[in-house]
Amino acid sequence: MTMHPMISALRRHKAGVALIVLQIALTLAIVCNSVFIIGGRIERIARATGLDEDGLFLVTQQWVSEGDADGKDAIERLDTMQREDLAVLRALPDVASVAPINSLPLLNSAAWNGGIGLAPEQPKANLQASFYFTDENVLPALGVKLVAGRAFTAADVEHKALGDANTPSRIIVSQEIARRLFPDGSALGKNVYLDGGGAPASIVGIVERLQTPGTNAFSTSFAYSSVLVPTRLNSTFSRYAVRAKPGRLAAAMRAAPDALYQANSQRVIAEDGIQSYADIRHDAYRADIGMAMLMGGVSLILLCVTAAGVFGLTSFWVDQRERQIGIRRALGARRRDILGYFQVENLLIVGSGAVLGIVLAVGLNFALIKRYEMDRLPVTDVLLGVVCVLALSQASTFVPARRAARVEPASAIRSM
Amino acid sequence: MTARGQGLFSYYLELALRSFRRSPGLTALMVLAIGFGVAASMTTFSVFRAVSGDPIPWKSQRLFVPQVDVWGPSERGKDGEPPAALDYRTATSLLNDRRGSMQAAIYKVSPAVLAMRAGSHPVNVDGHAVSSDFFPMLEVPFAFGSGWSRQDDERRANVVVIGDTLNRRLFQGRNSVGESLQVAGKSYRIVGVLAHWDPQPRFFDIVNTGGFTTTREDVFLPFETAVGAGMASTGNTGCSKSPSEGGITGLKESTCVWISYLVQLDDANAVRSYRAYLDGYARQLQDSGATTWAPNNRLRDVPAWLDAQHVVPADTGVSLLVALGLLIVCLVNTSGLLLAKFLRRSGEIGVRRAIGAPRGAIYAQFLTEAGMIGIAGGLLGLALTGLGVACVHWLLPADIASLARVDFALLVLTLLLALISTLLAGLYPTFRATLVQPTWQLKSQ
Repeated sequence: MTMHPMISALRRHKAGVALIVLQIALTLAIVCNSVFIIGGRIERIARATGLDEDGLFLVTQQWVSEGDADGKDAIERLDTMQREDLAVLRALPDVASVAPINSLPLLNSAAWNGGIGLAPEQPKANLQASFYFTDENVLPALGVKLVAGRAFTAADVEHKALGDANTPSRIIVSQEIARRLFPDGSALGKNVYLDGGGAPASIVGIVERLQTPGTNAFSTSFAYSSVLVPTRLNSTFSRYAVRAKPGRLAAAMRAAPDALYQANSQRVIAEDGIQSYADIRHDAYRADIGMAMLMGGVSLILLCVTAAGVFGLTSFWVDQRERQIGIRRALGARRRDILGYFQVENLLIVGSGAVLGIVLAVGLNFALIKRYEMDRLPVTDVLLGVVCVLALSQASTFVPARRAARVEPASAIRSM
Repeated sequence: MTARGQGLFSYYLELALRSFRRSPGLTALMVLAIGFGVAASMTTFSVFRAVSGDPIPWKSQRLFVPQVDVWGPSERGKDGEPPAALDYRTATSLLNDRRGSMQAAIYKVSPAVLAMRAGSHPVNVDGHAVSSDFFPMLEVPFAFGSGWSRQDDERRANVVVIGDTLNRRLFQGRNSVGESLQVAGKSYRIVGVLAHWDPQPRFFDIVNTGGFTTTREDVFLPFETAVGAGMASTGNTGCSKSPSEGGITGLKESTCVWISYLVQLDDANAVRSYRAYLDGYARQLQDSGATTWAPNNRLRDVPAWLDAQHVVPADTGVSLLVALGLLIVCLVNTSGLLLAKFLRRSGEIGVRRAIGAPRGAIYAQFLTEAGMIGIAGGLLGLALTGLGVACVHWLLPADIASLARVDFALLVLTLLLALISTLLAGLYPTFRATLVQPTWQLKSQ
């Protein structure tokens, strides 16, 4: 098959060809970037927190008539109430384990972020981390896996007012921190200094993986740099991470507020005060899921519109050239040749659209990087988009092209 | 329009309808493309419009947010930005100096409150501890009573302003001014009840809300009263180093930042002298040895502040951009299909031209046809926009989704966008149609 007649035919439809090329290019540019955004969101949602998420729920409550949270007496009284709450929850038949905690991975609130330094009173911390204040039951309650060292014991646990200096003598860190602070793998037993303080905290254990509470861009830069601190924080409000026995999550979530109110009615547990971890996860990623679905919807509409457009224009051209097709058939062209002619013609048009589209895709990506701090579009996504658009337009050319192939040689004379 | 014009117009309408009937698939395709393109654009635009609005347009240029660098160069980001909130010492110094025509320090509180009558249960509420200027400066609407006075600020009076929702919940919506309310274990007198007030974004507390929030403003307490009662901030507290002492006492002495601040400056002169005043304050800190770096302050009006804090989520902008791209593709698509459709009728055009129709008549005929497709696409777009906005409510986080809504302006805009963009798409195909040479067409038949 020679290209010459095809190109001279396309020259007679300059405007139509230009519009299809433009449409293919724009579609490719938008679909590539959308698919890239969707991929990024899916990757974000799929990353593991390090928790055993099934069967975990969070209780948030506040005691009333405790206006003054300052002073030694108030702290002791608040701590007694907190320990009572923990005992009440632990005694529930459906509950396996309970630990007090200031926040949870993906909770997006009440994070305590700070620095970790290798020397006392370092002005600039070695790395940024998020602290979880909790007690000796934290590992079974969260279902976090210890990979080295030991868990906290009851003797390690202190209590202090919310907002007091963070000066524990023992901590457990995530493997991410251990690796980054001590690349030679010697983190266990080493001393580090928290928040630029002067008192050493010794690393007694290392957990495999534990995500930080924040999910925004700033927190994502240290998403797995978490530290467990054996300190109960005393304040007028408290949070408890509760692990239900297998299959008993719903029952445990129902029983928890009643038991707490029964133990001490002078408290408030808001409507969202009992949250299953599945809900926390859903809330954290809601915007990401929404964005991914929106981008998916737009891409789908785009591809449909473009496929329909290619179909429509090819149909028009087939109608218009019925006589020429008849003549070619009369001169000996086979059905296959006619089909191939339209498919190759489409490949030429869409191919040039794709070349322009790659340029536009990269351009759009640069604009998004500049304005919205997005990441660089990888080559594989662009190639995937090109293959997609080519396959789609070939498929939508097929139906009118097959109709063209069925044109009888005699129609060359009939339509005169 | 003249009678003859009307007659011609209805003739064109009839021609267009006949053309639609001849190729219903192609017509449906164009209407669908326009409908989807317009609906995607308008749906994302409804979200964009909701989040990029000015919460207090008549005054936002005169309200300013000061920032003072109490942390130093080691804690600055790459753009040299000082902390976004103020520490207690700076906030109280600025308050006491009163260099703006009005000013307020603001921090978030979430106390438990209890109506003082038998059998009532405590409820958890959210609100802010603010200075008395807060209410007149932000022009907060009151249903009953008013804010408190500067004297109340100074003597740390136990007074409270409550929101309309809390007033309905505790007092069935009646005028509760003068009643007592227990807030975090202490008794307060209600001096004002707000009318419905839910500014979005929450420009006076961006640091804690990030802009948009579904949290209600249930209570407002005097700033110093709340601090004196040991009420801790339930918002974000940022520290460059840990406070030496626990609780609010330690927080007051520390350089931890937890206080939002707004000041009203009425003209350019006032802004200039306030900048000089902030520099003077920072230099004074440097002289006293509290800081060791040159002043690094910021003073932005509310729109600039919202921009600097990236209140409009990046996703919203990206979505709008992508949806506009979709609309453009739909238009290019429609343009291509119209071109094919119009040129297919070259014979008809040739005949009309040959029997005396001027070029203008061909323009009118084919633009009428394009316009009808635009209107049909617009009507489909309206329905799909309604559906899209409903989906947004289901897809996006409640704080943003609740702001996106369909209103009259959006409906009109949707129709106009569909009509104008289809006419634009039809312009080139129509131009090509008018170029058809009557004699040539007739000959080739």
